[in-house]
Amino acid sequence: MPGMSRKAALALAASASMALLATACTGQSNAGASDDASKETTINFWHAWSAPNEVKAVKSLIDGFEKAHPTIHVDVVGNMTDDKINQALRTGGDKAPDVISSFTTNNVGKFCSSGALVDLNPFFKKADIDPAKTFPKPMNQYTQFDGDRCTVPLLGDAYGLYYNKTAFKKAGIAGPPKTWSEFEADARKLTIPQGDSYKQLGFMPDYHGWETTTEHYFAQFSPTYFDASGKSDLAKDPAFTAGFQLQKRLVDELGGYQKLEKYRATLGDEWGPKHPFHTGQVAMQLDGEWRLGMALAAKPNFDIGVAPLPVPDDQAGQYGKGYITGTIAGIAATSKKQNAAWEFVKYISTDTDAVVDFSDNLHNVPSTLAALKSPKLKYDPRFKTFLDIAQNPYSTTTPASINGGVYLATIQQFGYDYESGKVKDLTAGLEKTAQQIDTDIAQAK
Amino acid sequence: MSTITLASKRRRSGLAAKRGKRALRTVAFMSPWLIGFAVFFAYPLVSTVYFSFMHYDGFKPPAFSGAKNWTYVFKDYPYFWPAMRNTLWLVVVMVSLRVVFGLGVGLLITKIKTGTGVFRTLFYLPYLAPPVAATMSFAFLLNPGTGPVDSILEKVGIPAPGWFNDPNWSKPALTLLALWGIGDLMVIFMAALLDVPTEQYEAAELDGASAWQRFRYVTLPNISPIVMFAVVTGVIQAMQCYTQPLIAGKVASGVIQGAGTQFEPGYPERSTLTLPQLVYNLGFQRFDYGSACVVALVLFALSMVFTAFLMRRRGGLDLAGD
Repeated sequence: MPGMSRKAALALAASASMALLATACTGQSNAGASDDASKETTINFWHAWSAPNEVKAVKSLIDGFEKAHPTIHVDVVGNMTDDKINQALRTGGDKAPDVISSFTTNNVGKFCSSGALVDLNPFFKKADIDPAKTFPKPMNQYTQFDGDRCTVPLLGDAYGLYYNKTAFKKAGIAGPPKTWSEFEADARKLTIPQGDSYKQLGFMPDYHGWETTTEHYFAQFSPTYFDASGKSDLAKDPAFTAGFQLQKRLVDELGGYQKLEKYRATLGDEWGPKHPFHTGQVAMQLDGEWRLGMALAAKPNFDIGVAPLPVPDDQAGQYGKGYITGTIAGIAATSKKQNAAWEFVKYISTDTDAVVDFSDNLHNVPSTLAALKSPKLKYDPRFKTFLDIAQNPYSTTTPASINGGVYLATIQQFGYDYESGKVKDLTAGLEKTAQQIDTDIAQAK
Repeated sequence: MSTITLASKRRRSGLAAKRGKRALRTVAFMSPWLIGFAVFFAYPLVSTVYFSFMHYDGFKPPAFSGAKNWTYVFKDYPYFWPAMRNTLWLVVVMVSLRVVFGLGVGLLITKIKTGTGVFRTLFYLPYLAPPVAATMSFAFLLNPGTGPVDSILEKVGIPAPGWFNDPNWSKPALTLLALWGIGDLMVIFMAALLDVPTEQYEAAELDGASAWQRFRYVTLPNISPIVMFAVVTGVIQAMQCYTQPLIAGKVASGVIQGAGTQFEPGYPERSTLTLPQLVYNLGFQRFDYGSACVVALVLFALSMVFTAFLMRRRGGLDLAGD
């Protein structure tokens, strides 16, 4: 018998930690917003920025707010990940955030549908602000789910093309490519082999090449992710087929998946000064507006050019569009100071001067139409490319979904299988992936 | 007659009271363990089973969903079976190699005459490295493009593997990492090996036993409880393997940090996915506690099966210890 009990104890000990891990806490949302924002109060604000210049920018934003609202004080906690924010939103309590901001729009659907963040529609109405007229269209779109506006845009990101002007000149290329076929030809011209690797690669097309994700490529094809009934449009919208085919062709033309992956493993990391675009190891880079500041700081020995990403040949008239995403902010459902929190959210997301200053300090795209046109906006002339992409009527974003970015991760996963040659039949693969997306959404409902 | 009955009755009731008191005292002494058991084992286990039948996102109240989570995990969740296969692979291959290697190193170090301290330290030190740092160092050493291991292999004409970047080599690379941190097992085995009575070796030698026979018939039976312990704890460790495959996948896929960049779970091609990663992904990233509980219960069942199988094979820890 003692053997038995020891066995049982051993087995239980093994499983207890897992069981504990999976046992949930029960945070309930409290939608009551009865606090008086004109009274002395302190709210907690959690954000994800961490670099010294970013922290300074947040501080200056808060200083501006506290000056305008002397009764509301803001306690700031930085360097927060979405996972940590999720936990805090569930748990609530005095130390939990009243206002959160997150770097990824992928979670908006989850935040809204779960009720983790409060619907800001009534607040906007009360303040007589029309979000549709305040924010650029894609930003207005990615901050809500099913009519529930649980977040606001807090600066945006626009994706474009960085190119090595010096390498372009050497290769005899006049200017940045405007269509994908021009892009393919340029990428080949700019690729200089060395042994069984590269001295210079025209473009790193792999989906593992950081920002070269499916959604960033596909935005140039203006895809529809879901049909009117909420089902995945992946297998039906030809934009996806075109996007997958383009990327696969680039992979095959520039050396093949294995060779490119091996080269990628030798490259410096995305956020460090040895980024392959800074070092000249790749001549073109699909990236967000922040890369300009990082590339200039690395003092490369070539001229940096910036342009919108190319468009399909049959959509040449839409050249100038791009993918739009950005940071979002919202008010925790567990917050007992929602009116004060709203004053803060309203200030950081709609006060033109505050948005312009914050954008100047962080080198991100301003997230209101007024701030995008503000004469106070200071920027490198090349940065204007991203301001234009953000305002381009053809620019798109990825829609919020009930299970957050799961559908994007599923499409991306299929992308890996297709680029590596593991999946050969694109049409069948897209159909299977669309089914998977629908199943995952049904599971989340 | 009646007096006797009465007396025996009184005696019996006195005995019962004594027994009741003793039982109470026993329970009182056991209560710290009982409370711990109830709070940390029984309650989580019962609630895991409960939530596995619930649709629960952590915000709205849980709602009964029948077997939906179970069918989702087993039939529709594309990461479950790859993670299951990887976990089983690690349990079988990594644990066997760790035990064999740990025993081998322990044997060697007990046999050598000089410099035992140096070797002991050298083999033990890697065990102290934090898992994240150790994994990142291995990803650096085994980098197929810049890592010194592949450069040396290529120089001597051996085709260099892709290690963490190749689905066929990612698990062997994880196993290498586990073997490098063998220090804990080595120390335990050394203690056991030094405990084997020398007279048994002398007797075996007198009987003309070879080195292998001495190991097989003297060493092994003496240390078998420790081998058993190493296997059981190794199996449990392998089933809970989380940090190393996650970090290796992140480093090798190039996504160390950054919000805009997507991370492929189990890079490359789901080859480093393990079940604990799924518990985290489903529960804390997808807000799908129900399905996370299903995976947790699968892990629980697996650990029960493995432990029961090993105990039966070896007759239990007690028997082995006797």
